[in-house]
Amino acid sequence: MEVLSQGIREALRLLCSLDREVLSITLLSLKVSGLSTLLSVVVGMGGGTVIALTDFPGKRFLVSLVNTGMGLPPVVVGLFVTIFLWRNGPLGGLELLYTPTAMVIAQTVIATPIVMGITIAAVQNLPPNLKLQILAMGATRFQMIRLLIREARLPLLAAVMAGFGGVISEVGASIMVGGNIKGYTRVLTTATVMESGKGNFDTAIALGIILLFLCFGVNYLLTIIQQRERPR
Amino acid sequence: MSRSKLRSRFSLLFALFVFIVAAAPAGAASKNLILATTTSTQDSGLLDMLLPIFEKESGYFVKTIAVGSGQAMKLGEKGEADVLLVHSPEAEKKFMAGEFGGNRRLVMHNDFIIVGPSADPAGVRGIPSSTEAFRRIATTGALFLSRGDNSGTHAKEKGIWKAAGTNPEGLKWYQQTGLGMGQTLSVAAEKKGYTLADRGTYLSLKRNLGLEILVEGEPLLLNVYHVIEVNPAKWPRVNGAGAKAFGDFMVSRKVQEIIAAFGVEKYGTPLFSPDAGKKPQSLGL
Repeated sequence: MEVLSQGIREALRLLCSLDREVLSITLLSLKVSGLSTLLSVVVGMGGGTVIALTDFPGKRFLVSLVNTGMGLPPVVVGLFVTIFLWRNGPLGGLELLYTPTAMVIAQTVIATPIVMGITIAAVQNLPPNLKLQILAMGATRFQMIRLLIREARLPLLAAVMAGFGGVISEVGASIMVGGNIKGYTRVLTTATVMESGKGNFDTAIALGIILLFLCFGVNYLLTIIQQRERPR
Repeated sequence: MSRSKLRSRFSLLFALFVFIVAAAPAGAASKNLILATTTSTQDSGLLDMLLPIFEKESGYFVKTIAVGSGQAMKLGEKGEADVLLVHSPEAEKKFMAGEFGGNRRLVMHNDFIIVGPSADPAGVRGIPSSTEAFRRIATTGALFLSRGDNSGTHAKEKGIWKAAGTNPEGLKWYQQTGLGMGQTLSVAAEKKGYTLADRGTYLSLKRNLGLEILVEGEPLLLNVYHVIEVNPAKWPRVNGAGAKAFGDFMVSRKVQEIIAAFGVEKYGTPLFSPDAGKKPQSLGL
């Protein structure tokens, strides 16, 4: 238990002294995972809405694929992205391996199915007549989709939170495609793994606490947006 | 939400996106140098001290990938790393024989130690021979934790088992963690088992462990680090010039002096001994 109290003290010290390295690690975590979430929202929410609103052969199969993807293990994603980005791999010419961009790619792959899966469920959960009602009132297709998204806002923001939560907390992919390079691709999770490997448990606990605070901060913000003007 | 408000929100997101993408450094290809090394050099903090000096002097940006020696050499074989700093001499010789490496230079050494619980159930304390110590652990069936990750330490451990004439693979008292040195030491401490460790990592973790050094000081337990430039003739994308610059840097007098002093302040004893320019024979290799 002494380690824990030491860790909490260390966290406070690192936070209060605005330790430069910790600050940059925290910012990078936020940047990489924020950008990945953003990209996954564009792809996942767009794709999910379209899938939910249209009927086509193989829809069930596709939806089960997406739902399986919600549990995609980060290490597996990391492994495949690494193989693709190797110098002598298919995308080697881009020189992306061990860069923050590579981490964004991997995390986007992880978050997209999460956002898409919840989006599909959320949009399908809307009253089936709603779509017809909106169209009957003379709305264009685009206006209808906008209204439906507004209507499903609570679960959709939950999708964003789940996506962000999935990527900010993952370590397997980040360490593989980013390499945990000091001052460049080191994020809170990979730094925590490294520090506990080194036996610096107090620093590891401190980084863990900062990560929890960060998650809480982002989710609090999203929750405020979610709860601000509840539909109906 | 009005349409204009929505649009402004989208443009804000878009601006953020552009900003972040632009902020990701592009970097000229030739200025990046991938160094594949062992966890022990990184965990000891030595690289954190040396790399900023190298980057400032040479202008290269070093991407350090800390993995086991085995994996580091695999990356070198595939042309996915430019320069290696490793400690697995037997495997290194194979690597050189396969012409994967251009230039291999001796940098420094420290030593391996056998650590275990102070109760010492196998009675190996103070035995001068690591082979004999391993044999005793095997006959008493005391718990032994192996790295099991193809690292330099794991290769050394396998060598000692071989010399001891024992194949512990699959036996009940022999467990493989598949983790780095620090984590394996923690597991050994929790389970009160024996393990083979490099002195640097042990010293940096000592205060949390409760494991004792039981066997040390044998020539067989030497832990030697070489810097190897990956052969650019095999892989055109390898940064040969950068690798040479890093190799030159590691064996330079200035760096060797830093290595000799590294760790004294914190542990009262240096973690590595500089060896640049020495003949391997002088170390008993």
